[in-house]
Amino acid sequence: MSAPAPLLEADDLHVWIEGSHILQGVSFTMPGRGVTAVLGRNGVGKTTTVKALLGLVPRTGRITLDGSDVTGLPTHTIVARGIGYVPEERGIFAALTVAENLRIAERRPGDPRYELVHELFPELRKRASQPAGTLSGGQQQMLAIGRALLNDNRLLIVDEPTKGLAPRIVREVADAVATAAESVPVLLVEQNLSLVRRVADQAVVIDAGKVIHTGPAGELLDDADRVRSLLGVARAATDEPTDGRMDTT
Amino acid sequence: MMTDTDVAVHDASGSPKPPTVPDARRRRSLPWWAVPAVLLVVALSLPFSTLYVPGLFHGALNSPSTLHLLALCLIFGGLATSYDLLYGRVGLLSFGHALYFACGAYAAALLMSVLNLSLLWSALIAVVGGTLLALVLGAVSLRVNGIALAMVTLAFAEAGSILVSRDPGRWTGGEEGLALNTETIPAAFVGVVNTVNLYWVAVGYVVVVLAVVWWLAGTPVGRVWQGIRANEQRVAVLGINPYPYKLVAFTAGGGLASLGGVAYLLVNGGVTPGITTAEFTLTLLVMVALGGAGTRWGPLLGAALYTYAENRLLQSGGTFDALPAWIEAPLSQPLFVLGTLFVLMVFFFPGGMVALPGRIRSALGDRRAESARKVDDS
Amino acid sequence: MSTIVLLIITGLGLGALYFLIASGLSLIFGLMDVLNFAHGAFLAIGAYGTWWAAGHLPGAGPAGAGFLLAVVFGVAAGTLAAVLVELCVIRPLYGRHREQILATVGLSLAVPALIQAIWGADPLTFPRPELVSGTLPFLGVNVPKDRYLLILAAIAVFVALWLFNSRTRYGLIVRAGVQDRAMVTALGIDVRKSFTLVFAIGGAAAALAGSLGGLYFGVVTPTQGMSLLIFAFIVVVIGGTTSLTGCAIASMTVGLIQQFANYYTVAGLGDIAVVAVLAVVLLTRQGGLTAKKSAERVA
Repeated sequence: MSAPAPLLEADDLHVWIEGSHILQGVSFTMPGRGVTAVLGRNGVGKTTTVKALLGLVPRTGRITLDGSDVTGLPTHTIVARGIGYVPEERGIFAALTVAENLRIAERRPGDPRYELVHELFPELRKRASQPAGTLSGGQQQMLAIGRALLNDNRLLIVDEPTKGLAPRIVREVADAVATAAESVPVLLVEQNLSLVRRVADQAVVIDAGKVIHTGPAGELLDDADRVRSLLGVARAATDEPTDGRMDTT
Repeated sequence: MMTDTDVAVHDASGSPKPPTVPDARRRRSLPWWAVPAVLLVVALSLPFSTLYVPGLFHGALNSPSTLHLLALCLIFGGLATSYDLLYGRVGLLSFGHALYFACGAYAAALLMSVLNLSLLWSALIAVVGGTLLALVLGAVSLRVNGIALAMVTLAFAEAGSILVSRDPGRWTGGEEGLALNTETIPAAFVGVVNTVNLYWVAVGYVVVVLAVVWWLAGTPVGRVWQGIRANEQRVAVLGINPYPYKLVAFTAGGGLASLGGVAYLLVNGGVTPGITTAEFTLTLLVMVALGGAGTRWGPLLGAALYTYAENRLLQSGGTFDALPAWIEAPLSQPLFVLGTLFVLMVFFFPGGMVALPGRIRSALGDRRAESARKVDDS
Repeated sequence: MSTIVLLIITGLGLGALYFLIASGLSLIFGLMDVLNFAHGAFLAIGAYGTWWAAGHLPGAGPAGAGFLLAVVFGVAAGTLAAVLVELCVIRPLYGRHREQILATVGLSLAVPALIQAIWGADPLTFPRPELVSGTLPFLGVNVPKDRYLLILAAIAVFVALWLFNSRTRYGLIVRAGVQDRAMVTALGIDVRKSFTLVFAIGGAAAALAGSLGGLYFGVVTPTQGMSLLIFAFIVVVIGGTTSLTGCAIASMTVGLIQQFANYYTVAGLGDIAVVAVLAVVLLTRQGGLTAKKSAERVA
């Protein structure tokens, strides 16, 4: 496989939070197309890795986006270079309306892709004037993803989009991620291996603050022994979206 | 909620600390009591010294004016240490500490002048009353955390301040304050010639406060305080309810402050509503931060220096006469000078004065490490 | 009856003053977690700025349009001070909440002392233009005109803030930032720009409160700001930081309780009654300023 210039490159990321060494030298590269899945058990540093990339936690190391070093930049500048971010806790502004939650994400006024967002999630148009805090969990997740898709980004970072959602909603969210991945590279943190199997091209496995495996996602998921040893999952994912979540103990 | 960047960057202890830097090596190991013992001996011998320190004090060390100033420095030192029990050791931002100090002073003064109780009984009742007040108000205030706690304690203290200065019951003497009833206190505490005895009172107060605070900090309660200060939620996750531990600190701090109020009443010969105000608590905060919050000596040091500077700046009328009026006028306002210095200190010396030697050492250490690395490279 | 009407109007006037101070405080606190003790200093600067301009600024004066110009000058001075404080003191300490509070504490001591050094500690008589001298009957009761002015000013500021919140992009960013500042930056927005903005807004409102407070009390003193500030803190605790309406209602409630209790009991007890209300609020509910805002953010 030929390696085009990577879109995102993390080099030796370290994060300390209150004295704990959470990331202990995370390094990986992400190609300029397709979905790169970040996998690993709970609490190994997947979310921290994402936050470190965006400068949301203090970190050392080097982060390169499209060939330029963004390590020293503040979060808003890194994001403004074209990143859409869906955080693990969704980051919805509960007291703002759905429309306002979308409006605040408009980066270049006049250029937001409302048609795309509303086509993916018609619910958001219907509930435009409703306070976002009154939405269901699934609707909030759609709002969070819709907000990230509003701008024409060069990179989408999506952290556990299916976490805690009902099976029917999981499918809808998975469809949205898959649709998004057709037009923009996605860095996807996900425990739902069937979703990973469906959309991911690359896999980066993290354990105890370090990257322990990188490679094509399909190859990894087909190897049940590897999945078990790297991810601690009892069995490999099936095609049913509700199954195949990793061991969360 | 996402992790807040700001909080993550700077945890409770101040700056992020990559644990790669080795701890500054312990220098000579003296027994823990060596420094306190030496300082106590110095404090106890001062009144017997006729040494005259030009520039620092107006009279000899054992002159009444100098002893009075030193006694004030010590009392505010003890008071600041009691405040630091909340602020530095547990991380509680209270803006109502003046209330308990004033409670001690006013209650004792009233008991002596209205009920003609003896000094000992008045002091005892005042301190118990102040402690109970701290317990009750603490129980209410500690229902909220952080900034809300600051505002609530401030509001309670303001109520006390208004009560004292408006004086609806015609007891507190309003803006005039109360004079010490010289008939009910022992003769040894009356008159300029007995200033030295007031100085002993101040020394005694500081010793009590330091002993109580240091002892508490070493108990299991003190270790929970450390945990609360570092991360309250983590303490709660461990199954420990932080509330009673915070209430203990609040009550103990309030009790020690009211004891200080009694000592202040004696040394000052009376009490005025100035010590009830929010500004007074703010100056306590300035003293603590100036010296170094959460440290053994910082609050005492900061308060002593602050009190000394404030008194000297007030007395120094004429020192700045040579300067043009627009410089002279602000400089003659101690609060302007101290407030400005404090802001500068927050910027340039976070951690206070007691952190300075360490900062200097680590700066030197960095340089040494730097040069060592250069040697390695070459 | 006439007493009650007078007390209501006066209480609302006082509440208006509290609203002018508390609205800025709660914006600053909500967005930045800074308990701004320097807010009293902005108020004092507004009051003394207006007083000085009325006597010295060409074109300004103690009456008519000249007085209006003096107020504009005072408000501008307070706004400028607030912007300078944010840029020079708060911003370099960004992320260090406790140091930020300590710095504003230092300013709250230094600025009134500076004012005292220049103009003395004694109360200065505040100019009283013809338009707001005397009384104007309301429901048959003669009410001092400055009360109306205070209430009108508070309504104007309320409407302006409401429009800012709901109609402008910065208002949107501020409202979102109050809830989750980190997420706002994660959307690619430089939230710090709005920090300066809320300080400017808060400083302007506080300075206006200083000018109008001068009318209300008839005099200005260097420490006036601090005592008003404490009641504004109480308003913020009761009203919370998320809603402008909550702030307005809490302001009026505090002003009314204070006036009524001060009139019907002993003077001074009204102020204490407000603190008692605060205690009751704290004991009976866990809303407003609690849990989330305060638990993690300080230290």
